[in-house]
Amino acid sequence: MTEPATPYRARKNTPPESRDALRARIPGWGVDLDPKDRPSFPREQPGIETGAHWEFPDRQPETQPRELSIEHAMLTPVFGTSAPLKGASGAIRRYAYRTYSEGRAAHWLLLIAADRVDAWENHLKSLATLRPDNPVTETGIGIGSEFSGNGFKSRAGKRVDVNHSWMDPAIVAGLWVLAGVGAVAALRALRGRR
Amino acid sequence: MRAMVYRGPYKIRVEEKDIPKIEHPNDAIIRVTTGAICGSDLHLYHGMMPDTRVGTTFGHEFAGVVHQVGSSVQNLIPGDRVMVPFNVYCGSCWFCARGLYSNCHNVNPNATAVGGIYGYSHTCGGYDGGQAEFVRVPFADVGPSRIPDWMDEEDAVLLTDALPTGYFGAQLGDIVEGDTVVVFGAGPVGLFAAKSAWLMGAGRVIVVDHLDYRLEKARTFAHAETFNFAEYDDIVVHLKKQTDYLGADVVIDAVGAEADGNFLQHVTASKLKLQGGSPVALNWAIDSVRKGGTVSVVGAYGPIFSAVKFGDAVNKGLTLRMNQCPVKRQWPRLFEHIRNGYLKPNELVTHRIPLEHIAEGYHMFSAKLDNIIKPLIISATA
Ligand SMILES: [Zn+2]
Ligand SMILES: [Zn+2]
Repeated sequence: MTEPATPYRARKNTPPESRDALRARIPGWGVDLDPKDRPSFPREQPGIETGAHWEFPDRQPETQPRELSIEHAMLTPVFGTSAPLKGASGAIRRYAYRTYSEGRAAHWLLLIAADRVDAWENHLKSLATLRPDNPVTETGIGIGSEFSGNGFKSRAGKRVDVNHSWMDPAIVAGLWVLAGVGAVAALRALRGRR
Repeated sequence: MRAMVYRGPYKIRVEEKDIPKIEHPNDAIIRVTTGAICGSDLHLYHGMMPDTRVGTTFGHEFAGVVHQVGSSVQNLIPGDRVMVPFNVYCGSCWFCARGLYSNCHNVNPNATAVGGIYGYSHTCGGYDGGQAEFVRVPFADVGPSRIPDWMDEEDAVLLTDALPTGYFGAQLGDIVEGDTVVVFGAGPVGLFAAKSAWLMGAGRVIVVDHLDYRLEKARTFAHAETFNFAEYDDIVVHLKKQTDYLGADVVIDAVGAEADGNFLQHVTASKLKLQGGSPVALNWAIDSVRKGGTVSVVGAYGPIFSAVKFGDAVNKGLTLRMNQCPVKRQWPRLFEHIRNGYLKPNELVTHRIPLEHIAEGYHMFSAKLDNIIKPLIISATA
């Protein structure tokens, strides 16, 4: 009978390689063997030198009302201002921040819902500009664009996003296609009337 | 300036934006010379991270030149070449004072559970990122470092997230000499984690992924044994057999809430948004680690709940360790390792994409085309 497997007795069936063998094979093997040589050890170190020369930072001015998690005691002294709340998506987001803590699923699900609304708001708005959303270039799938000056062989190989590849056209481009079909139908109808 | 701008799920374009302004006395404006797309950017790209607003610029991995500094900045002057950790942090709050830079409480009004990250949605503070010609860097005296003269700029960019996060993942595993370490995910973070596990004295390192070209890199770059989980009926059973039916001593989840789970998870996570992402890798980690072992999580997970097999973790007596990496704490040691030739970060760079073509870059990276591992973004002004 073969030896019983490791969990059924105390010794490992297969001992690890020796130190010397590992050192010969792997550059730097064991240089951080001692946990004290590992940079985030111990996990928390009081009085760490960070470069901060303030006890509490100056406060960035709040030039427009800034949404805030209700788990915060105050507006943090520094914050990002990349896309202030606006439109219907802004209203949903404001409601999510005002009403629910981060511990509530509703908080995050409302924010995700607002993201979808935001994308459609901006998509529709773009149609009224000189630069409407372009589903080909913006999804990076334009034939030719992938080869534009970069020599990307990007169509080669097996795609891993197989789930996406059948759903995404519907999600990203579906309404464009519908709009196109509608436009063609409308043109035909006009032509037919003539 | 030119900047990558999010237009909605799977849609980005490059457009003209105002150069960012100093908004706080310790801000600096950095002219970006090299940036990167990160696997975690794909969660934003796929529209899975809550409060990702149209019009924002992504990019938390970048290096560049100081363009302008605020009135209280003492450690940097215009013209300095700098690398910037992905964490935005103040250096003085309760958490920063203890070295928990990724958990800073002074930079993210939108949430207390997560700190500030450049270009990573309003959930992470609403900062614009570095996939642009210029970027605002708050607390310029705290986060950025001058790039040492001897250091390659591409190495510097990989030091802003991927390398330190991988190293930190190995560290969170509390590896002791001779440990068998399994790493799920052979992206840049997983590859660096595998390599770092050896530095910490691992006796055996196994990398699991489903893409053969990434597993090839795990063998050559990280000296690891590899398994393609797509070739096994049940990768957990296979890993048990490989480890004398014991399980691994340490498992590192370098996948996160992946965009490509099984179909049901795919639908609940990325389409219906009922989960923060499918935690397949984390559940495999819990299953394939030995009893009493440690699971280290450095893959990206969103704030929405995920269906994690917590009962197994309890019953097996596991230690679960996880965090976003406090990047700058890792730097001095990692600089030494690079100088000594133990780590060669830019070996993982496979693509250098001009900012103007970034939409194609995201598409390629998301679909894992052309054997892509790590794409860098080259600014037009570089
Ligand atoms: Zn990253
Ligand atoms: Zn702080």
